[in-house]
Amino acid sequence: MAEIQIPAVLEGKELVRSVRTPARMEFLYTAGVATTRFLTGISEGKILGERAPGGKVYVPSRGADPQLGVPTTEPVELPHVGTLVSFCVVNVAFYGQGMEIPYTSGLILLDGSDLPLMHLIQECPVDDVRIGMRVEAVWVEAHELAPNLESIRYFRPNGEPDVVVTQPGAGVTW
Amino acid sequence: MPKELVAVVGVGQTKHQATRGDVSMAGLVREAATRALADAEMTWSDIDAVVVGKAPDFFEGVMMPELYLADALGATGKPLFRVHTAGSVGGSTAIVAAQLVQAGIHQRVLTVAFEKQSESEAMWALSMPIPFQPPLHAGAGGYFAPHIRSYMARSNAPDHIGILVALKDRLNALKNPYAHLHEPDISFDSIKDSMMLWDPIRYAETCPSSDGACAMVLASEAVADRSTKPVAWVKGTAMRSEPTMSADRDPVLPRGGSDCAADVYQQAGITDPRRQVDCVEMYVPFSWFEPMWLENLHFAPSGEGWKYVEDGVTGLDGDLPVNMSGGVLSSNPIGASGMLRFAEVALQVRGMAGDHQVPDARTAVGHAYGGGSQFFSMWVVGADKP
Amino acid sequence: MVIDVAVIAFAQMPNVRAETVRNEVEMLMPVIADVRAKAGLTQADIGFTCSGSTDYLSGQAFSFVSTLDGVAPWPPIQESHVEMDGAWALYEAWVKLQLGDVETALVYCYGKSAPGPLHEVLSRQLDPYHVAPLWPDAISLAALQARMLIEAGKATEADFAEVASRSRRNALTNPNAQLAWDTAAADLLAEPCLVDPLRRSDCPPITDGACAVILASGDRARALRQRPAWIRGIDHRIEPMALGLRDLTVSLSTRTAAERAGVGNAPVDVAELHAPFAPQELILRESLGLADHANVNPSGGPLAANPVMVAGLTRIGEVAQRIMDGTATRGVAHATSGPCLQQNLVAVLEGED
Repeated sequence: MAEIQIPAVLEGKELVRSVRTPARMEFLYTAGVATTRFLTGISEGKILGERAPGGKVYVPSRGADPQLGVPTTEPVELPHVGTLVSFCVVNVAFYGQGMEIPYTSGLILLDGSDLPLMHLIQECPVDDVRIGMRVEAVWVEAHELAPNLESIRYFRPNGEPDVVVTQPGAGVTW
Repeated sequence: MPKELVAVVGVGQTKHQATRGDVSMAGLVREAATRALADAEMTWSDIDAVVVGKAPDFFEGVMMPELYLADALGATGKPLFRVHTAGSVGGSTAIVAAQLVQAGIHQRVLTVAFEKQSESEAMWALSMPIPFQPPLHAGAGGYFAPHIRSYMARSNAPDHIGILVALKDRLNALKNPYAHLHEPDISFDSIKDSMMLWDPIRYAETCPSSDGACAMVLASEAVADRSTKPVAWVKGTAMRSEPTMSADRDPVLPRGGSDCAADVYQQAGITDPRRQVDCVEMYVPFSWFEPMWLENLHFAPSGEGWKYVEDGVTGLDGDLPVNMSGGVLSSNPIGASGMLRFAEVALQVRGMAGDHQVPDARTAVGHAYGGGSQFFSMWVVGADKP
Repeated sequence: MVIDVAVIAFAQMPNVRAETVRNEVEMLMPVIADVRAKAGLTQADIGFTCSGSTDYLSGQAFSFVSTLDGVAPWPPIQESHVEMDGAWALYEAWVKLQLGDVETALVYCYGKSAPGPLHEVLSRQLDPYHVAPLWPDAISLAALQARMLIEAGKATEADFAEVASRSRRNALTNPNAQLAWDTAAADLLAEPCLVDPLRRSDCPPITDGACAVILASGDRARALRQRPAWIRGIDHRIEPMALGLRDLTVSLSTRTAAERAGVGNAPVDVAELHAPFAPQELILRESLGLADHANVNPSGGPLAANPVMVAGLTRIGEVAQRIMDGTATRGVAHATSGPCLQQNLVAVLEGED
């Protein structure tokens, strides 16, 4: 390739290194039928999973049974307790987070569901968090309930003995 | 009908770095593409079609940017195609390009993958506030870290394995002039002492965020036979996808990855990958994925991938070198990261990998994955014509 | 080509202005179930799956990932996705079937244009350094093209009105159309311009939609469908984006693709053209050699429903449907992408008698 020559008229001028193009567009998202059911439940202090025709219970469901490609239609009210199947300890303030560091982000398999959801683990020193720990949901005050997962503030140990975790799908126990 | 043979006859890439402020998006892709053309001893007019891949368009803030890049990529009057399969896209883009030759539709296809993350806010692109989705409290690493912890628990792997992978890849990167991270002072202790971002993932065990592009020229048998340089014959290609939200999937050792590997080995006549494959480039954005993928891709028995790392099997001088280029841990222009894996193994079997060349590499495997460990693309390339 | 590939089933959701109840995967599932049922296949019978969509319509990165669950990709499937109209997803599937490893493919696409400001969203496609910062909207760009067509003496506003009138009249027989009415061209011409020289009737509606196609090769296609719509030729070409670099009154890329697809090799019964704006139909007719053809866009075309990322594959599906049901023997389908017909795909489909 030939070198690009700067025309004489531009010699000595400062190069334009970048242009800044702010873009703002507003989107109106559609939650969908299944998510609407879930969020309505949350705003009433309930955790509603959905039993897929294939038999598995998903929470929250986005509406599709991944085994059959058909809608999940049967709501299943789930208890507010579950098992921590894995977790990580976060030591950095990520974008937009006002959390006290370090904190634990966990994969929680609610009793009666088949796919873990991700949420915060609190009221437990990070060094004590472990796979197999039993946890329960801590909700916001009743008057603060809103149709989003932040209505569950976090999960905390509920004092039950740890359980052995079976990896979903793989049938592996460790 | 047998497929037509296809070979890699040209490879090019940019210098990868956090911000390539010296080039526009068009300049970035042309830097890789012109190098691939030069390697192939071709000009733009020799190319029949262009296949472009990149990850989400929000990374640059341009919707379907290949449209704007059409003339920069010499595609005027030609077919131009755009692939997007999440993180595996660089690999799947190369596969789509290869298929155009295998199907006998084109003789010479230019394929390009890129990401210029500095042009937008990558964290913004990945974490737009969608009101009804579960809050992601910890970023991308926070998604994968629990799966890594699961792997460690399952396999009883010691904590230092991740450090060993990061050290190996960063030392390999010192031999690769295109790599983003060149850290001559890196050591086991410096990685161990780096900040624990998402326990068990340390800062120095994560990939950087890079601007960069990769390009290859794929050619038919007739064209490849006329090449004055060694070419890399494509011996097998495979892609697999599995669901996002499924109780049946194992995100640690996904069946999609295992099936993808089995398929591509079968095509390439590989029955014992550990012995028959000379080197591998796999998509390792967090160090622990190396032992996980060693198991998932059938190189190591279940639960033993970490032992290969500990024993130095995957070192540049080991008997199954992995990520000779420094891998994703050393350069991560997301959309191009998969194609860089595919391109590096092509360079290896062509004997053109420079200081990170594995001696006498004849058969090599490239691998990429994306999404929540649910999209996979792989190819096997060889020095010997099938 | 050595392996013959045919469309053996087509399904679409009724096009609507805004789907505000179902999310994308919920919107897609019935369409995929429908197309599979028409082909008599389950996902386990399908060798390759390919989809087309874009994150910029959804307003979220990796948007296609969550829709994949709707096809039931378990056990893991051979699958790919293009950030292009579904017509190009069909192209990738057609290439895949040429290799002979698989004999069937599911192609689907979806697009919700309603959630974001569509015309501003589309402006994000433009040259990010020189043009996009000016936020030119899609209608204004089409109006520039229309103006050049008039200035070149190739068409008049009355010609545009004829296209607009005929398209919506045709749509009266299409149960999936969004806009269907019977208004004479002269009455349309009496309306004020929206963006001179375009009237509202020259512009497409904003549409949420989804469609799906099943492809099969060789004897498998014959076994599954009495009268498959064979893809006898398919090609796509692109031009530079910059409007100053091309003559907007012709579509050279369409012409090249049409030649390579063999459009002119035999008479054409039906054509479905992806011309979102009325003047573009005139340009495409000329470039395809169908200037005076009687049967263009019998479905109403994109002027009757224009789901972005879907409208191109819908054209292929509409032509294939007419061949499969025996009302046509040889048809042309066209898809476009980019501002002012920048990128174009042409397919020729035929039935066997």
